Amino acid sequence: MAGKVKDEILHDHNHDGIDRRGFLKCMAWAGTGAFCVMSGGVLKSYSLSRLPELGSKDALGELSFVQISDSHMGFNKPANPDVAGTLKAAVDKINALSAGPEFMLHTGDISHLSKPEEFDTVDQILKSAKPKDIFYVPGEHDVLNDDGKQFLERYGKGSKGGGWYSFDKKGAHFIGLVNVMNLKAGGLGTLGHEQLEWLEDDVKQLKHSTPIVVFAHIPLWSVYPEWGWGTEDSAQALAYLKKFGSVTVLNGHIHQTMQKVEGNVTFHTAASTAFPQPQPGKADSPGPMKVPAEQLKSVLGITDVNYVQGQQALAVVDSTLA
Amino acid sequence: MRKSVSIAVLTTALVLGMGTIAISQKKFLASAQQKPETTGVKIDNFSFGPGTLTVPVGTTVTWTNHDDIPHTVVSSDGAFKSKVLDTDEKFSYTLSKTGTYPYFCSIHPKMVGKVIVQ
Repeated sequence: MAGKVKDEILHDHNHDGIDRRGFLKCMAWAGTGAFCVMSGGVLKSYSLSRLPELGSKDALGELSFVQISDSHMGFNKPANPDVAGTLKAAVDKINALSAGPEFMLHTGDISHLSKPEEFDTVDQILKSAKPKDIFYVPGEHDVLNDDGKQFLERYGKGSKGGGWYSFDKKGAHFIGLVNVMNLKAGGLGTLGHEQLEWLEDDVKQLKHSTPIVVFAHIPLWSVYPEWGWGTEDSAQALAYLKKFGSVTVLNGHIHQTMQKVEGNVTFHTAASTAFPQPQPGKADSPGPMKVPAEQLKSVLGITDVNYVQGQQALAVVDSTLA
Repeated sequence: MRKSVSIAVLTTALVLGMGTIAISQKKFLASAQQKPETTGVKIDNFSFGPGTLTVPVGTTVTWTNHDDIPHTVVSSDGAFKSKVLDTDEKFSYTLSKTGTYPYFCSIHPKMVGKVIVQ
């Protein structure tokens, strides 16, 4: 990835409270990870390479979990001929985290071509991860040829409709959304009417103080529509979440970490464990980016999320595999 | 000198003329025998090339994926739909009716193209 790698970013708008509108900042980088702490509208993120410098207060919370994304098992092109190896490296990284994450989220593109053996390989590798619970949402590569039937059989038990669901962990409400099905010509990711109705109903009874974590494959904000990096009807979904003081949206798909804070919502995309993709508009197409082999692991990564109950703090840590 | 130039020009004209006749004959034969023609669309850098392809009825169009990422070829009105095409994989479809066939990649729906069948 061209450009200077940032080691630390800091969004500090606690003086403005959680209702701050119009604050919009987007930072993109690769080759690093981020550790983020959100507390009622404050988001701090640090490169994972700086984690040892952070105090234990920053790293500990009531709840921590890990997000991994875009394993693309089956991909074997020069951008990364060993995606199994880099996924294993991601698992090693997860197992080495000092604050043991309770569970993992996989935000899709588990496989490259939806082949059973690709899913099998990922399942096998993830078995060695310390967190045993893994929550999945599909990427477009997981629902090829069969409209997601295989994905739902493997990972969608107990989910609704096309695979969406929600669950609660230590006072935080997690919502897994599916935006890779029934894509229309010329369009972006889509949630669809049925899922939006379900979402409205799902959050209706929740207290406004409940921290919300939404995870889906394609970004729920307009990262770069020219490359399809956005979701057509995400505004409707976010409208249902407006009443909440703390909303964190975790996505994958774009194979690079990126963040945006807008009002009470923090958007975050995770790196891929397989191969990097170019920054928006910085290449002819969003195809796999070839980087020198010795740099590959610095542009792949995992995301560690740490929620501190009571402070409404959610820490998001991106960690490279280097 | 001038004479040899004239001969060269004449020869060229003759060759071109024969070439035209040969092509015409080929076209005539093709249509007479209803032999299907084939033509290709390249999938490269997340786009279809050419984006708009105009072909006579009965043409078999072959799409070839040159990207490192899989794509599909799906007609918007359901006329044809490929399986997912990995790198270097191909999909062929014979267009036997006139009309305009818009299509897209169902994995990356920003990728659109069309075939006009005359």
